[in-house]
Amino acid sequence: METGYITALWFIVISAVTVPLMLGIGWLIRPKVKGSELKSQAYECGEQPVGEAWIKFNIRFYVVAIIFIIFDVEVATVFPAMTLYKSAIAQGAGGIAFIKIFLFIGLLLSGLVYCWVRGDLEWIKGAAQGIKPRK
Amino acid sequence: MDTASFAHSLQTWTGGGPLWIWAALSAFLIIYLIALPFGGFATYVERKVAADFQDRIGPNRVGPYGLLQFLADAVKMIAKEDFVPAGADRFLYNLAPLLVVVGACSAFAVLPLSQYLMGADVNIGIFYILSISTLVAPGILLGSWSSNNKWSLLGGLRGAAQIVSYEIPVALSILPVVLISGTLQIGSIVEQQGWAPGAENAAAYHFWNVFHNPFCFVASILLFIGGLAETNRIPFDLPEAESELVSGFNTEFSGMRFGLYALGEFAEIFVMSGMLTALYLGGWHIPFLNLDSLFVKLPSGLIALVQLGMFSIKTLSLVFVVMWLRWTLPRLRVDQLMGMCWKGLVPLALINLFGTAVWMWLFNGRSLAQLIFGIAGH
Repeated sequence: METGYITALWFIVISAVTVPLMLGIGWLIRPKVKGSELKSQAYECGEQPVGEAWIKFNIRFYVVAIIFIIFDVEVATVFPAMTLYKSAIAQGAGGIAFIKIFLFIGLLLSGLVYCWVRGDLEWIKGAAQGIKPRK
Repeated sequence: MDTASFAHSLQTWTGGGPLWIWAALSAFLIIYLIALPFGGFATYVERKVAADFQDRIGPNRVGPYGLLQFLADAVKMIAKEDFVPAGADRFLYNLAPLLVVVGACSAFAVLPLSQYLMGADVNIGIFYILSISTLVAPGILLGSWSSNNKWSLLGGLRGAAQIVSYEIPVALSILPVVLISGTLQIGSIVEQQGWAPGAENAAAYHFWNVFHNPFCFVASILLFIGGLAETNRIPFDLPEAESELVSGFNTEFSGMRFGLYALGEFAEIFVMSGMLTALYLGGWHIPFLNLDSLFVKLPSGLIALVQLGMFSIKTLSLVFVVMWLRWTLPRLRVDQLMGMCWKGLVPLALINLFGTAVWMWLFNGRSLAQLIFGIAGH
């Protein structure tokens, strides 16, 4: 079994080495060109870039990220229980395993319902309720 | 049926040597003979398929039928000027393609190419593939943010929101398979899907998971949809969206840096299709034929080749469907995309999970095929 983990580590190492290797080969064989100030501008369809792109972005992305974190942690914690479900059925304890798993998933589901009712799943919040953005 | 990792098989076939060398060699062979060549060749196939759908000829200059186009592209990309935009955060700009390539190529470790050719048959295979392929999301977000370009930033934010959201239906659609198989080890999950009429120990095999019960059938389709969104393919290619965001998150990436993004994307499509094949479509198994119970005992090398061929046929057919969809479906809007995930796919995936659990409980873990042929449960 340890061989599996060692091999997985080798996969990560070799694929991580591939990237500098390819860029390094490119650095060796490409003709050296001097860049200019105009050339290294950000490409915005030929317009002069106005300001930086590092701006405050919309809060809705944070909401999505928070909902995701909650769901992903819950899904990750439910994996081990799922693994044991089959053997629980084989031992005749299917009912109690089923109730335990779906009590937990019910909590997850109530979280989703809460977000849905609050309108956090709307991309434009309040649009469905007819709330207009402020002028 | 004995399962051996690629490193063990290499050790057996060559007759000795320390295992860690074979482990390294197996990783090298899978990445450099399967992952990267597939990523390169898929760009050619993508263009040729697109040409066929639009009644054009497509690339036909380099080699017969343009087959060597991807090599010419690779040489061109490697020899191109290395460009870093003036306002960029250089460290993150260099790191981003690395994360994408590592995320996509490392996931090949647990793909069950054959029972003798699995890179690493670890007992947490599903956890490994879910966690390592998530590296692509920070790769896209960091790449877009660091290049200090407004189009890139918009594409990257969309990409991050989309990839993390669709992670949930993907994980929830994998859970029915875990319920059925009772393990997270991908080799073992595939092994249980082998079944042939009259096979010994029939209770242990339940044919392809996609036909296990009706809920699994729906779950496999959800997994495919989620995979499309994870790999930023049409109809979910909002992070790139050529017609509105120039080229989205990779606008400022040129030459080989762009090439690495493209390689990573195609490698991820292969991983996504391979995972669907392994979890639902029976992996390396030939339908209704058990290679181990034939009249003659085949050598392990031959079995490995046949199984690799079967796995490739299934996976590449799914890759073709992915390319086909690109010329069939229009792109979704952002609000439709997020609404579909949270209000459509997530509740549906939970229903599938519930249904599969009820089915398991009612029929004592037997699949549809086992019920039809009257095979007793265990």
